Amino acid sequence: MIPLSWYLLLGAALFSIGIYGVFSRRNAVAILMAVELMLNAVNINLVAFWRYLTPEKSAGMAWAVFVLTVAAAEAAVGLALIISIYRSRDSVIAEDMDLMKN
Amino acid sequence: MVEQVLFVLLAIITLGSALVVVTNRNLFHAALALMVTFAGVAGVYITLDAGFLAMAQLLVYIGAISILIIFAIMMTRRLMQAVEAPFNSQRWLGLFGAVVTFAILAVVLGRYWSPQPNVNNLVASIDPEILNGSVARLGASFVNPDAYVLPFEVASILLLAALVGAIVVAWPKVEDQS
Amino acid sequence: MNPFKYASQIPELPTISPLLRDIIVVVVISTFLLLIAIVLIWLMRKVIARMQKRVGPNRVGGRYGLLQPIADVMKLLSKEQIVPAGADRLAYELAPVLIVVASLLVWAVMPFGPGLIGVDLNIGLFYIMAISSISVVTFLLAGWGSNNKYALLGAFRAVAQLVSYEVPFILATLIPILLARSMSTVAIVESQTVPFLFVVPLAAVIFFISSLAETGTTPFDLLEAESEIVAGFHIEYSGMKFAMFYLAEFLGALFMSALFATVFLGGWNIPLINLMLSLFGVQSIDLSAMGIAGSILGLIVFLIKTFFIYFIFLWIRATWPRVRVDQILSLNWKILVPISLVLILVVAVLDKMIPEGTNDLVRAGILLASNVLIAFVALEIMRRNGRQRRELIVDSGLVESGKQEVVEAAPLH
Repeated sequence: MIPLSWYLLLGAALFSIGIYGVFSRRNAVAILMAVELMLNAVNINLVAFWRYLTPEKSAGMAWAVFVLTVAAAEAAVGLALIISIYRSRDSVIAEDMDLMKN
Repeated sequence: MVEQVLFVLLAIITLGSALVVVTNRNLFHAALALMVTFAGVAGVYITLDAGFLAMAQLLVYIGAISILIIFAIMMTRRLMQAVEAPFNSQRWLGLFGAVVTFAILAVVLGRYWSPQPNVNNLVASIDPEILNGSVARLGASFVNPDAYVLPFEVASILLLAALVGAIVVAWPKVEDQS
Repeated sequence: MNPFKYASQIPELPTISPLLRDIIVVVVISTFLLLIAIVLIWLMRKVIARMQKRVGPNRVGGRYGLLQPIADVMKLLSKEQIVPAGADRLAYELAPVLIVVASLLVWAVMPFGPGLIGVDLNIGLFYIMAISSISVVTFLLAGWGSNNKYALLGAFRAVAQLVSYEVPFILATLIPILLARSMSTVAIVESQTVPFLFVVPLAAVIFFISSLAETGTTPFDLLEAESEIVAGFHIEYSGMKFAMFYLAEFLGALFMSALFATVFLGGWNIPLINLMLSLFGVQSIDLSAMGIAGSILGLIVFLIKTFFIYFIFLWIRATWPRVRVDQILSLNWKILVPISLVLILVVAVLDKMIPEGTNDLVRAGILLASNVLIAFVALEIMRRNGRQRRELIVDSGLVESGKQEVVEAAPLH
């Protein structure tokens, strides 16, 4: 059998990779992809805890479904914003968005 | 034994393609690797007896969000083949932060739940009827007023707002004819 | 670790280990499908030819051209595979492979007969929807990987059509799930004492139209028609890679026919015959209790139903003209989605209101009446809408009221 901590470690690793992506990528769409990785890692954690601790309740899976839903909504709005920014500034590099800097 | 090999394989696929997502220079290949990551996570859900969630993951993430991301990549390129520098100036700080995060999480988790493969305290073998009825219980909890009907309805309003908002924000500007 | 319950083994066969059984099932189903694609190619050419008052292939392999598909396959095998310059090799090579994989994966939950199923998932129909939505991504890969503006445009249109028509497809599939109280394909087959075609015909119509659009069959075959943007997203594919797209199209059409037969016509069961037998007081035939003979009979019944629906696909393909791209999307979002949403609401409410113990026929009758009512209301609304638009065009003076043909070619919105 697979102990619970293996799933949690997988979730932690995926989350860390997502953090690295968010910090180090220049393209806004790439940052959004890394955010999706982090949300998936959270979902793995939720479902692992659900299965190992309270599989007879529906709380864990319901929460995971809500995370999925919110991630989808956020991806849609985020990408629409990126497209709109590209139309007005002709660039999606996150460093170039410095209108409010100093 | 077979399950452990399967899990390790799934973990390698998932983490490997996640690394490709955050390091690849070609954004389109990164999006493809993202799809492989999503499929790997769906596989992990299947090993966790959450079949419904695995199919929902495939439907929503690979069938919809990946397509959205690919469309956004295609619509925000200046040339068809332009490839720019993928990393910004704080990549080493980001790497340090990611490694520290993983180290902290691993230590804390290892302290509470031992990673040795044959420790039985949290390994739950369950009556399969509970697992088979999990989809029905999930559905019942979404419409039960004592359970999650309110978050369910709020989530659908959120999706509607996101849908309308995304369309309005991404609508091309209408030029005024004066 | 296995969360999915497996269908019972066919009795009178020696029990073998589950892994071996799974491998045998996978090999048998894949081989069957890849071989039946050849039959389907021949069938399509002959049937469409006869409907167009032609003869069809009659040279290769005897008077009926039975070996014509073999000649087709050999031609495709021998063509040179030209890879366009600057093509993204990963996406270009991956797309045909993925589309065939997705077309084969969905067949895992198709009940061919009692006890003859790959795996009886308790979320079977949801699995089908998930794999169908994965295959949408392959069109984008093909269009992008070809390094061709027109292939990309064709891929965009294909994705728009496929993603849009997934919505009424899923909504129309939800209605039999609701009536059968389960997403498992076996449960849906076994719960159809009256075939769902006669209980919720409007759902069957919406499912049929959406499945025509999901597979890219005429009248929705903008995706790959030769006159549309130079054959759309697979223009840069030649030889065996094109054969993969061709194969996936046939397998998809066969799968939709099989799914329609399973969900709406009763699958391998014979519900109408059982109903007539019960009217005469004779005990109904239960194919799942008849061992191997029952399985073979069920398989034959299933194949008859599947090929009948496939014949209707071909019939429509031979006779109806193509729908324009803006008409496709407005047909989906303005007509199919509202009707299917209203239908789900009405069927769910009625199904809950009908008390538990009523006769299946009475239940079927009530739901049938509600379906017909909704269909009439929808048609009336569409008719009134059409009349208003026609009067608007005539009144605005653009067209003299004698010119009928321009008025009727008005766009759907």
